[in-house]
Amino acid sequence: MQASAVTRAPQPRTEQIILFRVSGQTFAISSASVQEVRSVDNIAGMAQDLPDSTIRKVRHSIRRGDRTLYIVNAALHFGLQPEPAALVFFLRRTRTALLVDGIEKMATMSRLQALSLAFQGEERNWYRGLTALDQTVIPVVQPEGFLSLSELTLLEAAQLAADTRAIAAETSGAQPQ
Amino acid sequence: MTVAPPNAVETAQSFVLLRLGERRFALAASQVAELVAPSRIFRFPHKSPAIEGVILRRGRMIPISDIADRLNGKKLVTRRFFLLATRRFGTQLDWVAIPVSGECELVSTDMMESGSNDSPHVAGWLSHGGEVIEVLRLSVLTPGPAELAAVRADPAQDSGFRSANASWKEALS
Repeated sequence: MQASAVTRAPQPRTEQIILFRVSGQTFAISSASVQEVRSVDNIAGMAQDLPDSTIRKVRHSIRRGDRTLYIVNAALHFGLQPEPAALVFFLRRTRTALLVDGIEKMATMSRLQALSLAFQGEERNWYRGLTALDQTVIPVVQPEGFLSLSELTLLEAAQLAADTRAIAAETSGAQPQ
Repeated sequence: MTVAPPNAVETAQSFVLLRLGERRFALAASQVAELVAPSRIFRFPHKSPAIEGVILRRGRMIPISDIADRLNGKKLVTRRFFLLATRRFGTQLDWVAIPVSGECELVSTDMMESGSNDSPHVAGWLSHGGEVIEVLRLSVLTPGPAELAAVRADPAQDSGFRSANASWKEALS
């Protein structure tokens, strides 16, 4: 009896990505990296000002359970002219909530090309690489690349100052006249 | 008559002559992959000023570096082709697209190796058609880890290219 097993060609590895817009520029992010997408209007009441933040791209934070996430303006992060953002991506396994202009579409990426070594700037932290979709090149962002460790340290200090100020305001407001 | 320095070595090789504005330069043919018509340039945010964007060629995304800016002091006004060249970063082979302003020519000739007084971007000199032509060292002209390491090691190189050794040019002409 002949074996009926059929040898199948290995399937190329694919990855679901979200194409999103920031100041007219299209980027991609792995959909597995995005925990939640909310509209800016939806989170407006929950965001806390960080007036002491020295990181220009971060002006607000937001509490998610027991964690504080920092709201990063993607346009400022990439050095683009900021436009009014409409959506926030809460990024999985990071302290980043990313302000973007909008989602273009979902797509499947079958090939990710590492950034050429000719690129020697901050972009090496920003991007996982480049992909080509419909004859267009799209940079695929690195979720961990939006905030460095040193930036997080500065933001934690700004957050502490904001919390202290909020507690002080609450305490003084609660005192009887 | 000027005598070539004693350490001058002549090696017969193939070179691709390329035109960048008013000047012609040469690249070792082994470094050149192909010459393609200019295609759409994809731009995205980055902090590598020497890179203009990337082109998509047969599924490969290739960074573009206008080396005319460094060699002639101004970017090319007319781009007729992209010369696709290879660069080696350690064990990794990378590609770079160089805009050129005219036809390229393949020649086989002897190269005189560069001397210590030549600019870092000069790998050697060759004589062709009554011209003395610089053979370019792409690793110096296009950005990459090796170039950065070299610049850090020798801060003097940061200030720009040193003038070419005139006596070598005379020896070749």
